Amino acid sequence: MKHLLSIAQLSKAEIEAILDRAESFAEVGRRDIKKVPTLRGRTVVTLFYEASTRTSASFELAAKRLSADLVSVKASGSSVDKGESLKDTVATLSAYDPAAIVLRHPYAGAAQLVAEWADASVVNAGDGKHEHPSQALLDVYTLRRRLGSLEGKRIWIVGDVLHSRVARSNLIAFKAMGAELTVCGPPALIPRGLEQLGCAVIHSLEGIGEADVIYTLRLQHERMRESFVPSLREYAAHFQINSRRLGRKQLLMHPGPVNRGVELSGEVIDSPQSLIAEQVAAGLVVRMAILYELLAAGDEEPAPALGNGRATPIGQPA
Amino acid sequence: MSATKLEMRAGQSADLLLRGATVLDPAAGIDARHDVVVRDGKIAELAAPGSADAGELEVVEAEGLHAFPAFFDPHVHLRTPGQEHKEDIETGARSAAAGGFCGILAMANTEPPVSDPADIEALLADARAAAAVRVGFLATVTRAMQGEELTEMASLREAGAAGFSDDGLPIRSASIMRRALQYQRLCGGTIALHEEDPNLSGAGVMHEGAVSAALGLDGVPSISESTMIARDAAIAGYEEGRIHLQHLSAAESVEAVRAAKAAGVLITCEASPHHLCLTDEKVRSLDPHRFKMNPPLRTETDRQALIEGLRDGTIDCIATDHAPHAPEEKEVPYEQAAMGVTGLETAFAALHTHLVMPGTIELGLLVDRLSVAAGFFEVERPSLAPDSEANIALCDLSAQWTVGEDGYESRSSNSWCDGEELTGRVLMTLAGGQVAYRLRSFSMGVAS
Repeated sequence: MKHLLSIAQLSKAEIEAILDRAESFAEVGRRDIKKVPTLRGRTVVTLFYEASTRTSASFELAAKRLSADLVSVKASGSSVDKGESLKDTVATLSAYDPAAIVLRHPYAGAAQLVAEWADASVVNAGDGKHEHPSQALLDVYTLRRRLGSLEGKRIWIVGDVLHSRVARSNLIAFKAMGAELTVCGPPALIPRGLEQLGCAVIHSLEGIGEADVIYTLRLQHERMRESFVPSLREYAAHFQINSRRLGRKQLLMHPGPVNRGVELSGEVIDSPQSLIAEQVAAGLVVRMAILYELLAAGDEEPAPALGNGRATPIGQPA
Repeated sequence: MSATKLEMRAGQSADLLLRGATVLDPAAGIDARHDVVVRDGKIAELAAPGSADAGELEVVEAEGLHAFPAFFDPHVHLRTPGQEHKEDIETGARSAAAGGFCGILAMANTEPPVSDPADIEALLADARAAAAVRVGFLATVTRAMQGEELTEMASLREAGAAGFSDDGLPIRSASIMRRALQYQRLCGGTIALHEEDPNLSGAGVMHEGAVSAALGLDGVPSISESTMIARDAAIAGYEEGRIHLQHLSAAESVEAVRAAKAAGVLITCEASPHHLCLTDEKVRSLDPHRFKMNPPLRTETDRQALIEGLRDGTIDCIATDHAPHAPEEKEVPYEQAAMGVTGLETAFAALHTHLVMPGTIELGLLVDRLSVAAGFFEVERPSLAPDSEANIALCDLSAQWTVGEDGYESRSSNSWCDGEELTGRVLMTLAGGQVAYRLRSFSMGVAS
């Protein structure tokens, strides 16, 4: 696998292989020395055109834990502010011969374009409202640890699906893992034709009791401006997950950042059913596994800085 | 005296003999093999194959080739003035000639837009200096396409404007639309309309449906087009005005036009080759070079409705909406890319490949729909009947070629067919009685 551009490119077996690799990195993470030499001498560039906390932090830490040299570029404060095109920025960064470019961009297909332009492996860390494959992988990882398997599990995705790349990638990933999917939200926030992705679409939380997992999405405040929702209060009244709506045996997820009191009430965020903190922790090991898969797995070309031309097994300390 | 003016470069009138061509001009009732004799830029005679005396004429061995009336495109963007890095009158006209067109009408959404009589006069003078085919120019309906005040329509017509259009933008205001139709009574000139409700289109970049849902792209619903058509058809009917609808894309729109025609509204409409050949499934590639345009590619149901409309006459003609763009405007993520694709050089070949060869439509229907639009703008329709001015597209229907392989005559390369292998190629174009184009590899035998 050269790039991770879309979750749709992965089979169930490939998803499981990445998650298995993440499990072994979780084991490394429990050691005193949490760093492995796998990517020593290789460069990872993170290029973020949008604000991000957990995705950028976890990719950066993942690269460092794998001993890669890290260059992290944020669009604000860089040449992008001066009007440089994505193509030219990528050409500039490519001059440093990176092994991987991790890209977050506000528009769909940006990572795919960078993959055409650059020699590096490209990881899509979110492109517009299109895809966020590493998020989907960490969510499957988190659920697999809790449930063993997603086969036949009923997952409800609740909220602003229209503007959510997480929803799109997770629909594909959860489906690939055998889950049964229901999408729930106000009609204005559910894209027309979504049911053709293989999910049920409903506009009421009435039947939420059947869900094994409730996956909630962030509702951005600016959605009120275009009347996607008349008010946050109206939205919360009908679609907020709170202690009244969350069953004791149901699992609760959210990709973050949460709007407390809007899509989730404060008490459910901190409830035992909440996997939100586990999702964040999973982000690190899953992103290590992704970088490993792209840069060190299989019969990759030898990394130039390693004498024997082979990736160092992850069990050995750096 | 108001009339549509078209101009082209003066040159040598053609004297040649197309030996044994298969001549097809449905409007003139011609469908047989002939020696086509062109003398002094006119079709002098359609003689029995092999019978015409070559004399001094250049002989083109046209055995197995098809001669059609050259095509007429009522909807192209020549980007002049202001964006000559994308196209100018010379390159656009050359591109048209390479596609078998003998006449084209340029839209007015230039920088600045064409809103003054002096602009029309200057552009016609440019065409007289540089164009290989006849070129006419529409003027905007509203000043600078601001949608607020009418242009001096009568003066623009006197200067030779071929009609009026704010193409690129709809006419938002129903009252401005009505005023334009009232002035049309005074000065004539078809009003060509880009039908779209900007409120419904919002930030949309592709058709709203299952594909946009999967890609997370903002969608343009079909009703954005059809509701505006219904509005303008009602206004045109009330004012007894004449309107031409540009680039129909949706099934609902075809239905709206059918209803308007049944009600007696003076309405014609066009569909573009890309809407007749492609669907929004292509957008899954996220390639804006070939697959981003406005209106967007829609579903297979919509495409079939357009084809049905073409067959039953609801859709009167085919127009390319040739829209050149610079590479830097297309080498960006889909949502950021400029809308529009080029189409002059591939229109016939693409439609022949996608619609005629599989048997979806008849060759004669395609030829008719590619040349009929001249009449909608008061231009004489290209014809192969004897005594007509020589406007001929000579085509090899079995020639296979890869689009873009040898570059483009257009200054831009954002062809929706780029890299595609097509069957059927224009070998030679006569426009306004002159040889406007010959494919470089098409050799000719000159009689002794």
